[in-house]
Amino acid sequence: MTPLLQVKNLAKMYGARIGCTDVSFDLYPGEVMGIVGESGSGKSTLLNSMAGHLTPDRGEVIFDTRADGPVDTVTMSEPARRMLGRTDWAFVHQHARDGLRMSVSAGGNIGERLMAVGDRNYGNIRARAADWLGRVEIAESRIDDRPSAFSGGMQQRLQIARNLVTGPRLVFMDEPTGGLDVSVQARLLDLLRNLVREMGLSAIIVTHDLAVVRLLADRLMVMKDGRVVETGLTDQVLDDPQHAYTQLLVSSVLQV
Amino acid sequence: MIELQNVSKSFTLHNQGGAVIPVMEGASLGVAPGECIGLTGASGAGKSTLMRVIYGNYLAASGRVMVGGVDVAKAAPRDILALRRETLGYVSQFLRVVPRVPTLDVVAEPLLAVGVAPDAARDRAATLLAGLNIPERLWQLSPTTFSGGEQQRVNIARGFAHSYPAMLLDEPTASLDAQNRATVLRLIEEAKARGAAIIGIFHDEAAREQVCDRCVDVSAFTPKVAA
Repeated sequence: MTPLLQVKNLAKMYGARIGCTDVSFDLYPGEVMGIVGESGSGKSTLLNSMAGHLTPDRGEVIFDTRADGPVDTVTMSEPARRMLGRTDWAFVHQHARDGLRMSVSAGGNIGERLMAVGDRNYGNIRARAADWLGRVEIAESRIDDRPSAFSGGMQQRLQIARNLVTGPRLVFMDEPTGGLDVSVQARLLDLLRNLVREMGLSAIIVTHDLAVVRLLADRLMVMKDGRVVETGLTDQVLDDPQHAYTQLLVSSVLQV
Repeated sequence: MIELQNVSKSFTLHNQGGAVIPVMEGASLGVAPGECIGLTGASGAGKSTLMRVIYGNYLAASGRVMVGGVDVAKAAPRDILALRRETLGYVSQFLRVVPRVPTLDVVAEPLLAVGVAPDAARDRAATLLAGLNIPERLWQLSPTTFSGGEQQRVNIARGFAHSYPAMLLDEPTASLDAQNRATVLRLIEEAKARGAAIIGIFHDEAAREQVCDRCVDVSAFTPKVAA
């Protein structure tokens, strides 16, 4: 099977400082990979470098496109990469307001992505927006409300709907449950797991919450000082960590 | 179906001066389809450790851990995940689930993962839950709120939902009443009859006698500490 995403020796520098370096891995269709590490370990830099929000200094990010097979997205033209960002890729930001248009209605936020890929039928767009609101458990009656009138958890679910409506194959998530209270977080985890299974999505999730990756991710990558220090099956890395830093990380979690 | 050759396991505690604790050495055993093996040995002898090594939850330090043609000690994460989805089931002593998911879906999940239609998966889950005396009014609730014994029975139902060709059972009959214990033993016997290779830990001697074809004392795999 061809990997959906192949990352090879990816590096991003901030002047002389390392953002992330020597990162290589393959992600296969349907796989969910978690990236953990403390703040400043380079996990968000890595995510943004893969997703095309930052330009990496070295390395390749090869995506298996529907039309042309594996293509290096780093050297791809800007319009082609933007098109990928609207179709096969999705990016869920930690702060929903970074991923939503706050002055546009909930339905408009979902519909915008459909229009970006050429959908022009208003009735069709509205029906799909309503369907997606239902899937992320937002009442259809809220379709014309602006996200600024939504709670934090609802905004996050709306952001997910907006991202998934075009049927992406790869979703990048930056702390998708960060800043939400635990009951809302549980609901979002359940939603994400079901969407991953039903749609066969691949996802890369950056988080510092080990409980979240245990439930969501199949595989785990642990980062420290911009480098990958350990990778493996999620439960194996968490239950039998090999690297000193991972052992420290796992043993530092508070028990409830 | 399951074959271990000269497997060893040690833990290196980097944050305690790099202390290396060897816990298992020279472990070899084989389980044929339709056979059930009981692991014995005192508490702390390494029964659960051995099971976790077979499941890929602990990384073997050396040796081969073959399950259905895959070497768990060396396989890539996605191959182990496929093995766990299709071939190798594990009933642990603890239930770990996403909060808020109804019990019925928790039990049906392994079937959905192998592509069984949702209705058929829920039917099978319902049959198992009913058989293990989990009252139907609890099926739509999350098992996180259940009593310890109920959680354990939900865990067993989940473990037996899909007909895995190989199974690891960590104390499946502990703290069950006589009736539920009999149900679990019957599930194990049914699994053997359809050809599953099973490794189990049973503190309950009568249960061990009933379902196990032979026993392996894991103390034999405990590293000898130099005096």
